[in-house]
Amino acid sequence: MGAQLRVYKRRIKSVTATKKITKAMEMIAASRVVKAQRKVQASTPYATELTRAVTAVATGANDKHPLTTEAENPTRAAVLLLTSDRGLAGAFNSNAIKAAEQLIRKLEGEGKGVDIYVVGRRGVAHFNFRERKLADSWTGFTDEPTYADAKKIGEPLIEAIEKDTAEGGVDELHIVYTEFVSMMTQTAVEARLLPLSLDEVAKEAGQQDTLRPLYDFEPSAEDVLDALLPRYVESRIYNALLQSSASKHAATRRAMKSATDNAGELITNLTRLANAARQADITQEISEIVGGTAALADATAGSDK
Amino acid sequence: MAAELHVELVAADRSVWSGEATLVIARTTSGDIGVMPGHQPLLGVLESGPVTIRTSEGATVVAAVHGGFISFADDKLSLLAEIAELADEIDAQRAERALERAKSDSDAAAERRAEVRLRAVAAR
Repeated sequence: MGAQLRVYKRRIKSVTATKKITKAMEMIAASRVVKAQRKVQASTPYATELTRAVTAVATGANDKHPLTTEAENPTRAAVLLLTSDRGLAGAFNSNAIKAAEQLIRKLEGEGKGVDIYVVGRRGVAHFNFRERKLADSWTGFTDEPTYADAKKIGEPLIEAIEKDTAEGGVDELHIVYTEFVSMMTQTAVEARLLPLSLDEVAKEAGQQDTLRPLYDFEPSAEDVLDALLPRYVESRIYNALLQSSASKHAATRRAMKSATDNAGELITNLTRLANAARQADITQEISEIVGGTAALADATAGSDK
Repeated sequence: MAAELHVELVAADRSVWSGEATLVIARTTSGDIGVMPGHQPLLGVLESGPVTIRTSEGATVVAAVHGGFISFADDKLSLLAEIAELADEIDAQRAERALERAKSDSDAAAERRAEVRLRAVAAR
């Protein structure tokens, strides 16, 4: 076998092995997307009910709560960025990081100090590599986030927003995550969680009706709001975590699908080249044999004389 | 037909129970409260404790609710809880074991959770 042919054969074998792996990863990601989507749907009733309750209290209560009113002069903001632990998901993580960087630049342009909170090893690695300080980070659960994870993330954030700015607290809380639009489309979005802007919350709850019932609060409007808002933040973080994980799996599926397609194309091309090399080998062998016999025939013809 | 109210009992990650009911009893921070159809709009903070729902068929559904909220308006009642379990789903023996473990570890939160579960089972 010709040396060239052997090289082609070896490459075909390695690409075939790679293709098998990417194909398997594609299939795993596809099944995980469905699972993640189901989790997003399962968490929706809680989120909508909670949003409705928050709107009801915040509009019904006359007194202003620190978490619903904007600071007159916001000086510090917290940004929570959701990325994934693992790569191989195309531009998924870099898009989210880019959106976060843009937001951070914008906030800093407005003269606010920014505390960065990151979820997912990819995001942590990005900021560590640039030697930028993170206020806090969490890793290890981005594939299948639970409500307890969201609680864990929410705790220091709520603490920071309740503290005075002078003591290291923040005035605003932003979140950057990847919204799951469809299997093919996932977009990195940013949203301000706190202070609440009630119009947006009301829009989300899908209730534009001007007449809301006059609630009786138990024990008091302020206490209810105090208890509600942390839960609201947690539920929003939970929802973002789930969306982000669904998006990550969808992105992985797409990236692995194109990797599988590319590997298939590569195999076709390499097979063609290998065939050509084999044909060239055979042609050369035949011409060597023909040449050899002709030379032999010439030699014997010469000696006969 | 007696008036009914629609109840949605939802936990953070799933919808636990929904249906029509004639009476719902829950424990708020300021005491037990019973809600019947036509109650005035209400929004309250729940304590950990059992929630009793009398369905319109006359059956009784008991659930263990760990913190959360009750909101009622227009004969629609929603119970929001981070963790909520129907009494039928609770394994009494497991809860008892958890209670003992929590007591020996002096883990107050776990002890309370286990107690609420057992109370819900007892009320079944």
